[in-house]
Amino acid sequence: MNAITLAGLGGAALVGLGLYGLVTHPHLLRKIIAFNVMGGGVFLLFGAIARRGAVAGTGADPVPHALVITGIVVAFSATALAVALLLRVFRDTQSPFFPADPPRDPSDRSGAI
Amino acid sequence: MSAPFLLDACLAALTLAVAAYAVFAREAFTAVVAFISYGLLLALVWVRLSAVDVALTEAAIGSGVTGALLIGAAARLGDGDAAARSGPGILSKTLYALLCMLATGGIAAAVLSLPPVAPTLAPLALQELRATGLGNPVTGVLLAYRAIDTLLEAVVLVLALIGVWSFARDAAWGGKPESPGAPDPDAALVFLGRLLPPLGIIIGVHLVWAGATQPGGAFQGGTILAAIWILVMVAGLVDAPPINRPWLRVALVGGPALFLAIGIAGFALAGAFLAYPEGYAKPLIIIIEAALTLSIALALGLLALGAPTRNPQQ
Repeated sequence: MNAITLAGLGGAALVGLGLYGLVTHPHLLRKIIAFNVMGGGVFLLFGAIARRGAVAGTGADPVPHALVITGIVVAFSATALAVALLLRVFRDTQSPFFPADPPRDPSDRSGAI
Repeated sequence: MSAPFLLDACLAALTLAVAAYAVFAREAFTAVVAFISYGLLLALVWVRLSAVDVALTEAAIGSGVTGALLIGAAARLGDGDAAARSGPGILSKTLYALLCMLATGGIAAAVLSLPPVAPTLAPLALQELRATGLGNPVTGVLLAYRAIDTLLEAVVLVLALIGVWSFARDAAWGGKPESPGAPDPDAALVFLGRLLPPLGIIIGVHLVWAGATQPGGAFQGGTILAAIWILVMVAGLVDAPPINRPWLRVALVGGPALFLAIGIAGFALAGAFLAYPEGYAKPLIIIIEAALTLSIALALGLLALGAPTRNPQQ
């Protein structure tokens, strides 16, 4: 194993870690943080692949690097939008969680699985 | 096992541990702090992967500006009533953990089975770089070969800002975002707020200028300018601007609009959208980068401030 494979495996672990936090955390800000951890893992996979594409005179393939830079900026834009949405939810419900599901009427079978 | 590999292994272990802390920490604020540390460690990993441009962007935007945004949100939200919302039960959590491990395993298997000879566009990028007059292949890709991505990215920032602003109450539309700081006049923060702007502006402009030949560029330089602006606002030296100011909107849209105009002029002058006429690539790219830097710095700062909350008359 070399440092490039290590970075790729680290990226894979970060994706799993972030995904778990995104699915299990009820707090919406924690979901946003976990989503960003996951994004970092995806970018790191790109980094490992770019490093593998190094040729004489370069440290890495510049094309994935440019894509990742674009990705980081777009991820920030999405995070800012998500935080604005969350603050609006908080303003309206006074809670950083999604509103609880209304108790299901046992006679209503339309939404039942 | 060599010393550099050991260093990389330690760095990877530390990054994963801090990321796990950001996901599992008890309090939202602790998680934000761990997330910022995670971003900085990730930037070090990028340096180890010979990606200094990405490392600068990750440290500045992925960790810095995102961190400022999340701290603001965590301070306003608090942790909520955690007892009322404990999340899924232990059985579901185990199932989710297994599924996430499966996802990680799948990606890890893909990483381990990559072809021995990696496909690469680096020789092509380097070969054509001379024609653009630039020295940094990443800037070349961002503003010459894949300029459409960069143009769309600059537009995404403006669209995201419109989205964020649209969460304002009707009465606050056109007003100022919440002021990030109301400081103690003797605080060290105010001193830093006076001391750092000249240095920060020089470093930001230098990064944009150096981006043509070395690591750096409009996004990295723009972020530093945005960071300085946020610092000055947090120190209470200037207030957040009302979002209905015409100069603000012109400067915000100016970068993408100029980029688009030069792109369209490419039809007439060089025969294709976003093509640069022979010999003018570098000066045009520097003009685009300068205008983009101002737009990016403003957009990042305003995105971090959030929706306007105060009436325009106040």
